[in-house]
Order: sequence, then structure tokens, then C-alpha cells
Amino acid sequence: MAEREYAYYSGCSLEGTAVEYDMSMKLVLEALDVNLKEPEDWSCCGSTPAHTVDHVLAAALAARNLSIIEKMGTDTVTVPCPSCLSAFKRAHLGMAGDASFKDQVNDLIDEPYNGGVISKSTLQIMYEDIGLEEVAKKVTHALPDLVVAPYYGCILTRPPEIAQFDDPENPVSMDKILEAVGVKVSSFVFKLECCGAAFGVPKRDMVNRLTAKVLSMALDSGANCIAVACPLCQQNLDLRQSQVNALMGTNYNIPILYFSQIVGLTYGLTPKELGIDKLIVSADDLIRSRITVEELAQNKAAAEAEEKARKAKQKEDKTKTEET
Amino acid sequence: MRVGVFICHCGSNIAGTIDVAKVAAEMRKVPGVAFATNYMYTCSEPGQDEIKEAIKREKLNRIVVAACSPRMHELTFRRTIEKAGLNRYFLEMANIREHISWIGLDKEANTNKAIESVKMAVAKAMNNKPLYSQSFKVNKRVLVIGGGVAGMQAALDCADGGLEVILVEKSPSVGGMMARLDKTFPTIDCSICILGPKMVDVAQHDKIKLYAYSEVDDIKGYVGNYQIKIKKKATYVDWVKCTGCGACMEKCPAKNSYDHFNFGVAPTRAINIPFPQAIPKKAKIDPNYCRQFVKGKCGVCAKICPTGAINYEMQDEIITEDVGAIIVASGYGLVDMDKFPEYGAGRYPDVITGIQYERLLNASGPTEGHILRPSDKTEPKTVVFVSCAGSRDKSCGIPYCSNFCCMYIAKQAILTKDHIPDSQSYVFYMDIRSPGKGYDEFTRRAQEDYGAKYVRGRVSRIYPKGKKMVVVGADTLLGTQVEVEADLVVLATAVTAAPGAPQLAEKLHISYDTFGFYVEGHPKLRPVETNTAGVYLAGCAQGPKDIPASVGQGSAAASKVQALFSKDMLESDPAVAKVNENTCVGCLKCIMTCPFGAVKEKELRGGRIVANVIETVCAGCGVCTATCPCGAIQLSHFTDNQLLAEVNTICQK
Ligand SMILES: Cc1cc2nc3c(=O)[nH]c(=O)nc-3n(C[C@H](O)[C@H](O)[C@H](O)COP(=O)(O)OP(=O)(O)OC[C@H]3O[C@@H](n4cnc5c(N)ncnc54)[C@H](O)[C@@H]3O)c2cc1C
Ligand code: SF4
Ligand code: SF4
Repeated sequence: MAEREYAYYSGCSLEGTAVEYDMSMKLVLEALDVNLKEPEDWSCCGSTPAHTVDHVLAAALAARNLSIIEKMGTDTVTVPCPSCLSAFKRAHLGMAGDASFKDQVNDLIDEPYNGGVISKSTLQIMYEDIGLEEVAKKVTHALPDLVVAPYYGCILTRPPEIAQFDDPENPVSMDKILEAVGVKVSSFVFKLECCGAAFGVPKRDMVNRLTAKVLSMALDSGANCIAVACPLCQQNLDLRQSQVNALMGTNYNIPILYFSQIVGLTYGLTPKELGIDKLIVSADDLIRSRITVEELAQNKAAAEAEEKARKAKQKEDKTKTEET
Repeated sequence: MRVGVFICHCGSNIAGTIDVAKVAAEMRKVPGVAFATNYMYTCSEPGQDEIKEAIKREKLNRIVVAACSPRMHELTFRRTIEKAGLNRYFLEMANIREHISWIGLDKEANTNKAIESVKMAVAKAMNNKPLYSQSFKVNKRVLVIGGGVAGMQAALDCADGGLEVILVEKSPSVGGMMARLDKTFPTIDCSICILGPKMVDVAQHDKIKLYAYSEVDDIKGYVGNYQIKIKKKATYVDWVKCTGCGACMEKCPAKNSYDHFNFGVAPTRAINIPFPQAIPKKAKIDPNYCRQFVKGKCGVCAKICPTGAINYEMQDEIITEDVGAIIVASGYGLVDMDKFPEYGAGRYPDVITGIQYERLLNASGPTEGHILRPSDKTEPKTVVFVSCAGSRDKSCGIPYCSNFCCMYIAKQAILTKDHIPDSQSYVFYMDIRSPGKGYDEFTRRAQEDYGAKYVRGRVSRIYPKGKKMVVVGADTLLGTQVEVEADLVVLATAVTAAPGAPQLAEKLHISYDTFGFYVEGHPKLRPVETNTAGVYLAGCAQGPKDIPASVGQGSAAASKVQALFSKDMLESDPAVAKVNENTCVGCLKCIMTCPFGAVKEKELRGGRIVANVIETVCAGCGVCTATCPCGAIQLSHFTDNQLLAEVNTICQK
């Protein structure tokens, strides 16, 4: 019996460009005894293109999915993509706070949405519902070479009245999860800086410049890879790295992994299962150092013994020189 | 009963949305009303004359004025009818301006509401009884709460006028925020050099009794006769013996104590004299850091002190003082850095507050006046000032302007250039607020003569990059984003009410606004009075203001006290509670509910116990009348009969 059950809305990106987010997220949640129920016949969440045009129509797109989930009898839906999540939350809160808005939206969809579904990101359920202790328990492997810059992007925690999760200006949930699975996390001050989002199409140069900043600050923080929780961030940082290099004359080569892929690696899942091969900037070299926790403990013990011996020798040498 | 009704137009304030002639005409139909008229400005001299003449001509014996709030003009009209020979409590006011004409535009509905409101006032007036004040002696001593520049000014003005002053200061020294400042705008004169002599005057004045490191614990009484309980907090140093030599401070091993005076710019010792010019110049132990208190052993200062002043067993002490008036000058606080996660929320040592920067600039500060940034003690070459940090920002819960930061930023930019000639200052601002005398010229000097670069826009983020702090913001005049790599960032953090301001207000029975600032009697006409007789305000306790304005209010409050004390006797307000001893059953519930302690037990001849109201203590709030199960305790001028007469009137159709 699974410990927990959620509805799971993957959204369009996770079927396409971010399929590795979907693969790794599902495996990690399975390892954590979470049962995921996917709604039948789900449709567009109503994010970027819709809500810039019409709030009611955008909310109707979201509400259609929420209404399907409501009928499934699950009260919480977990959503990996922050854009989908934000669209769901906006629709839900907008309808809860304004009866006439709710009526306008419900008029547009077949089955009304009655406000019975709570939307949470997959990061949030791992951090708040499952908890760091449980997350840590499943770890079998270590990634000693990895230093990760956790990158949250702009909308996972903002605006605070919609996101209602973590600190809007200095989030720590991803840092804590990665630390819980034994990964080194750098102190990264560009956690929330804009990646350029959907402007990658109309304003490529601008996005490349923004991306370049994030990459350079990650390197400055001592990291050798970046963890993300958003398909769009991943795409801008990973896919556009060669564009950035061309435009700025730089030589970035920083793997951009989904946090779920990193967690999956520590749970002993194979890189193939986790879709690591789908990344543009290869992470293969970086994760080659993966060892089991037992090996890590042995290595540590050996290193300690060596250090002890070295110190003892130093002392001996010193007394010898003093004697002479 | 012959009631006269006077409906005021208040120019177009009332007449604009109420048919005043119709209201007057309706009143003429009300039984008991002998005369009703409407007039352009009833409060003007001819308006008042009209009332007086009508009283004589029409033999009126109750008067209703339908006009503005009684807070505004009740006293005016009471005096008017008194001059015409009526008891002043025969006046009743209907507030048809604030309650009706200003809040609705529908003239017909307003007129109907006004008719009902005035009818209620007529019904009440017909039940009004003559009331007479008692006079009582005034205690001509004054309590000043807060020894900042405003409180000291008030204390000195009162004392120079011959009044005895009790000055209570919460912290170990007087001086307030001004004692921490380096130079002051717009003249760049040294703050402590102009404040120091005042502090010495306070200490030496034979009419001023200073209680430093003390707080007001309890206030009882009323204008002219207050009993104040003052808590002298334990300093663990006997101030009679302490000579202020500072030997203890040098030897104290608890070197990492938080320095309240320097806002934590550098640590201090657990036993310390806050600053060289402190008044009183006495040492005090901070038990949160003292090893004797934290670890139970040390005792170094007790051994060192040449006069044996240290006393680890010292307890708080309560002292009682009687006064006749109170001036509240408890100053302000500053918003915490935690409010700004986007600026690092206090995590970056080189992002500091304006007041911390004053301490870095100050020759007697922890760096002896050398500007050294906290992280690595190097001289900053690029300094960024961020104005309105929290102020004018609804998301911080502070919609108001903090008043003086635009000015002190300009000052600090000038001083930065003076200290470090090859430095460059940047000021991010929303708009430059410099409306005082010589102020705008001053902010221009910062830009034109001292080269400070003013960028109009908000700062969105501050983050560290190597040894620099990167300040990201908008330049709304150029319509671009800007980034400045700074060595030091100074936030002009918003002014808040002083910590504990609401609690003090409750003790004083004065009102405070949503933000904790004390509310003046009238925003224009009674700026230093409160709505509680005998309590006055000065300085930032009332709202953010600079030193000239704080000093001005200190003097103004002192002159109000002088005026109050110019009489030997004061008149009490007779609109207080009264017990009908025949119906009182002696349950004494009223004693428990009275917030002012005005009801006492009384034994009648024959041993029956009843409640008894001390007229001069009763504030007339009426809480007791709602408690009394048999209606025996009644508030004069607001008796059950009077209020029910009003209720009956609106219920009749
Ligand atoms: C960084 C900075 C720079 C400034 N520079 C200038 C300048 O150059 N020129 C200028 O004109 N203005 C300047 N100001 C403004 C100036 O500080 C104020 O105008 C002035 O201090 C107000 O005086 P005050 O007496 O009202 O309040 P405060 O100075 O705050 O004094 C209030 C006193 O009351 C005490 N107190 C508080 N609560 C209680 C209580 N419950 N019981 C007893 N005592 C209590 C406090 O301890 C304090 O001593 C500056 C302000 C800042 C923050
Ligand atoms: S004085 Fe200037 S800096 Fe201070 S809050 Fe007002 S506008 Fe902002
Ligand atoms: S008029 Fe000018 S100086 Fe006065 S407050 Fe407005 S902007 Fe400031």
C-alpha cells in the first residue's frame, strides 16, 4: 500500500522537452511510496499564452482540469511545472475570492469546478508532506564530485499570495532536499533571478544575456552544476548554453539537472531511467563519480586513517629534529 | 420646555448635500420646539449672537445646534449659551456634517437622516439637567516621558518657567536618537556638540528630577492630579557610588555584548557606559551578556570598581511621583532589516542602516569616525544609499513617508565625500522630499558640489559578488536597468513607532493610529494636545519628524502645560457617573469594571454598603452603567432616560 496518494498533472512540457523531469519525478515519488493518479483527458493548464490575453479564458482552461481532478475524489494535485502550478493556483484563488468570476469561468466549462482541489508543486510535497527525514531514508548512493547551485526561477515561490510556499525572496526548500540526500549545495545568490522565460523566442539576445548571468553566478558560487524545478528554466539554461557561448564569447559547460534527477541518482536509479542522457550539456562526467554510501564511508575512513598517520609522522619528525 | 434649534450650513459643507431649510421647517413642527432656523456659519460671531438673541427673545431654555462634530465646537456653543444665562449642559449637538453631509451625496436621503438626527437631539435636550462643575487644586508638577531632544526641550522649557519636572527615560542616558547622529542637516553642525550642553542642563537643572533607565509602570488620576508609578530598572551598579570612571568597562571579559547605543555596529562590554557624553555618566550591566549572570561566576567588575558600586543583587524599584500634567516624547523606532529579504535581510554585513552609518561617521563611534565597512574594515570607495527602505511601501505595511531620510541621505552623501574624497556615492530615490527651509538647496549641494549621483528608481535586489555588493535597480528617468557594484550599501530604513508605544498609550488613555503613533487633538489646530486632558505630545512619538520640528513641538507642549498651570484651580467635568444610593444593592460589579478605579465602596449609616463614584477620577466612559444590574449607577448627561428618549424618537414613525 502506498503511503500517500495525489493526483498528478504533468502538463505539456513534461510530455515533450521536459520528459526527463516527468520520468525522474515519477520514479522518485514511487521510491517515496507515493501513488500518483493521472487525470483522464487533461488539457492545457492555461498558462503563458492564455493568461496574457484573457484571465477568464485562462482560468477556464485551468478550471477544466481542476474540475476533472475534483471528480476523481482526490483533494490534492501535485504539479511538477511551476507555470502550470501558478495557473492552477491563480484560477483556484481567483474563483474562491470572487463569486462572479467563478460563475463566468464555470459558465465556460462542462462540469463546474467547486473549489475542492489544493495544488502543490512536487517540490512542496517532498519538502512539506513527505519531509526531509523520509526523503533522506531512501538514499543509497553518494555524488561526491557534485556541487549544486539550486535555482528556483521566478514563479515557484512568487508572488507570495499565489504561491503560498517557502520564502518568496530567499527560498530554501530545494537546498534542504538536496542536502538531505547528501549532495553539496553552494551558496547561490541568483536563486530567483530571471532566466528569460518565454522571451527565448521573441528576444533571444536578451534571454541569452540573462542566462549568461545565472550561469556565471553559479560558477562563482563554486558550483559545477545547477539544479532546477522548472522546464522553462531548464530549457533556457541548458539548450541555450551554446547560444550564450556564441553570443558572449564564453565557454560555459554546466550541466542543468532537474532536482528530481539528482535525488534519483542518490536513490540508486540509473542515469538512463532518469533521462540524464536527454540533457544537452552532458552530465555524464560529473555523475561518473557516483558511489554507494558504503563505499563513501570506506573512503572516508581510509582518508581519516591516512590523515592520522600523516599527523603522527609529522609529530615523530618534529621530535626527531628537536632531539638532534 | 422651549427648545431652540439652529441648523448650520457650514458654507456648502452641509448645505451642499442637505436641504437645511427643510430640516429647520420640520423642526418647527416638533412639540417642544419654540424656534428653529438655519444659518450660514453658526460658529461665527454673528451666528453665536443670533443664538444669544433668540434665547432672550424667544425665552428658550434648551438649545440644539445641528452642525459639525461636537469635538470641534461643543465647547464654543456651551460658552455661547452660558453667556445668555443658560446652564451649559442645556446644549445638545447633532453632528450632521461628519455623520451625514460628508458621507453621502443623495440630498433627499441626507435630509431625511438629518431630520431624524436633529429630532433625536431635541428629545435628548428636553431631558437635559443642569450640571455644575466642581473646582479642584492643580498639582503643578509635570512628567515628561522620553529624554530625546523633544522631551529634553519640553523639560527644560517647563523647568525654566519654574515648574518641577520629572523626566523618565527608558534607556541608560538621555539624548535619544540625536545623540547617535554625527552631523545634522541642513547646516552640518555636530549633533552631540549642540545636544550635549542641553543634556548637561537637564542633569544640572534644580527643577528637573531625572529617572534614567526607568519606565512608567502605572498612571492613575486625571488632569491636575496624576499618581505615577515609575519603575527604576536594576542597573546592578549603585549610581550614587559610581563615578563614571569606566575602569570596570576596560576589564570586563564579556567583550561580545550587543551595543544598543551603536545599533550593533561593534560589540561592547557587558558593563558599559553607553557613550562618552552620556547623562547620567554611569555604568550599567547587561545581564544577558554578563558572565556573573550567564555563567554564575566572574565578579571582575566588583573587584575593579574603586568605589564598590557593583551590586549583582540589585532589584527593580518602584517609585511614586505626583504630577498635574504629562508630556509624552517617547520618540521612534526603525524597521528591522528582516523586512527586506531582497536586500539580504541583514545577512550581508556590508548592507547597513542609516543610523548604523551615522555611528561609522561619528568621531566617538566604534571606528572613531573612519568609514570602514563592517566585513573587512576597508574604506569603501563606492557607497550606495537606498531611500524609502520600507517607507511608502504597502507590502511592508508602512504606507507613510518617514519624513527625514531624504535629507539625511543627502547629508551622509556629503559627509562620505568629506571623509573619502575619491569616493562616489549613488542615491536611489523615489522622489526627493526636501520641503524645509534651506533643505532643497542642501540636497542640490549633495549632487552639484559633492557629486552624489542620484538615480530615480527603486532597488530590486542586492547580492554579493566577490568583495562587492551588486545593487540592481531601475533608472526610471532613462527607462533602463542599472547595476552598481558597491563596497557599502546604506538602507534608509523606515521610521516606526517606538517599541512599546501602544502599551504606553493604553496607560495614558490616549489614542494611537494603526502604526502606533500617538494621535493629536486636531491635525491642524491642536497639534501637541491629545484628546485626554492634561496629556501632551512632542517629537516623533506623534509621527516622523526632524529635529527642528521635534524641538518646536517640545517647546509648544511646554507652553501648553504652562497655560494649564497658570490657574491654581481647575474645573471638573460634571458629566460623570453618579450612584443612586436608594436603588444600589451593593453588588459592587461596577468597581470591578471601572477601568479608571473611580468607583469605591461606601458604608452608609446603618451599615449598608453602596458604590460611590469619585467625581474627579471618573472619566465619564459609562462602562459601569452598562454593568449595573439595577440601573443605579447613571452617567450624568448620558442617563438611560436621555438615551432612551433619543431611541424612542427614531423608533416613532
Ligand atoms: C540615520 C538618521 C539620521 C538623522 N539625521 C538627522 C539630521 O541630520 N537632522 C535632523 O533634523 N534630524 C535627523 N534625524 C531625525 C532625528 O533623529 C529625530 O528628529 C529626533 O531624534 C526626534 O527626537 P525625539 O525626541 O522625538 O525622539 P528620540 O530621539 O527617539 O527620543 C525618544 C526618547 O524616548 C525614550 N523612550 C522611548 N520610549 C520610552 C518609554 N516608554 N518610556 C521612557 N522613555 C522612552 C527613548 O529611549 C529616547 O531616548 C535622523 C534620523 C536618523 C534615523
Ligand atoms: S523621506 Fe524620502 S526616503 Fe524617507 S520615506 Fe520619505 S520619500 Fe522615502
Ligand atoms: S513641493 Fe517639492 S519639495 Fe515640496 S514636498 Fe513636494 S516635491 Fe517635495
